Amino acid sequence: MFSLRDKKLAEEIVSNIKKSDVNLKFMHVCGTHQDTLVKNGLDALLKECGIEIGQGPGCPVCVTTPREIEEMLLLAREGKIVTSFGDMINVPGEKDSLRSMKEEGCDVRTVYGIEDAVRIAEKNPDRDVVFMAVGFETTAPTTASVILSEPPENFSILCCHRTIPNALKTIIEMGEIKIDGLIEPGHVSTIIGTKPYEFLSEEYHVPQVVAGFEPIDILMGCWMLVKQIKNGEAFVQNEYTRVVRSDGNPKANKIIRDVFESFDVKWRGFPVIPSSGLRLKNKYQDYDARLKFEDVLSELDNKEFREPVGCRCGELLRGLISPFECPLFGKKCTPETPVGPCMVSIEGSCNIEYRYADSR
Amino acid sequence: MCLAIPGKIIDIDSRKEHATVDYGDGTKREINVSLVDVKKGDYVLVHAGFAIEVLNEKEAMETLSLFREMLLQEENA
Repeated sequence: MFSLRDKKLAEEIVSNIKKSDVNLKFMHVCGTHQDTLVKNGLDALLKECGIEIGQGPGCPVCVTTPREIEEMLLLAREGKIVTSFGDMINVPGEKDSLRSMKEEGCDVRTVYGIEDAVRIAEKNPDRDVVFMAVGFETTAPTTASVILSEPPENFSILCCHRTIPNALKTIIEMGEIKIDGLIEPGHVSTIIGTKPYEFLSEEYHVPQVVAGFEPIDILMGCWMLVKQIKNGEAFVQNEYTRVVRSDGNPKANKIIRDVFESFDVKWRGFPVIPSSGLRLKNKYQDYDARLKFEDVLSELDNKEFREPVGCRCGELLRGLISPFECPLFGKKCTPETPVGPCMVSIEGSCNIEYRYADSR
Repeated sequence: MCLAIPGKIIDIDSRKEHATVDYGDGTKREINVSLVDVKKGDYVLVHAGFAIEVLNEKEAMETLSLFREMLLQEENA
């Protein structure tokens, strides 16, 4: 559609980075960035230039907690029509996944987006239809838009939306890894713009670049970070100007604010992160599956749900290890037999690494 | 999950809620366009059945030359 491939230019950017003689560690939080990095061998190329770049908690399916998975499984077991994005269906819970429950006869349906789930509710007025609303700021406005359109009474959502900026703050404050620069997610930023990241540069002196998803976008983003570091600067730069505006998408932001309120929520592999979850405001509580099916879900009260045995997704999501450092990777844990969500989701580091293993 | 694919608006309903996009490979799909202000012929980024932003065509065309300029400035610095 718009060709952004230019080998000579890419080589020039790489040569400039090399000349800078750096030893840096960058983090990004987006499965699509990770896909571009691995598919094109950019991670290895950047390593040769002194830049180690890895994925943090940038995979919505991966950061969904074991409790949220169990909530969904319980609703399916109780006879609700459970609808979800494809990846979510394969995430293992303690005993089951939505896929295994579907095979046992539960009504689990994969949808492309929330509007498909509403159509299922319209066609099945006598059944309860629950949509597992997973995703960051990119996806939250699609949920908000549907809630505002007054979907049928038999429709509700299990809200698992999360927001990125405070997760970044938490990962910096945890101090477990060195982060010299952040590549911010292009499509989250399409919605929120560049301003919500500014406090990170101001408070922690971290350089940041919002980047697109072509190989050249990522190379350019890295070079912008290198330049900021060389100049002793730390601010939010926008490399993805063809899509991202500083204020983001105002319509989308408004409906997010209208429909949701933020609250403190746990992320897989992390403690509770302040103001990093979205839940429906009181006036939309009729669509909140957690309230609508409170009696059913109370079965999970006071229960502790642990990560699968041996699974290191938590450390991976905090940027502490690579997939290869997990002993289950590619052995017990594969896309066909996933142990943890990072092997399930096409945005998970393990799944991406496994998929491109042959071309490595 | 945050994957978004560019497509061209080829048809739009009178209420400007839904539109048909062409992804350029022959695939066409109806999407929701209530989050953006669009007209026929615009390129949009589509995520989970919704257009989340209109692609700035001018910026898209100029991205590479902008990058070249930045590199040149660096060399001359």
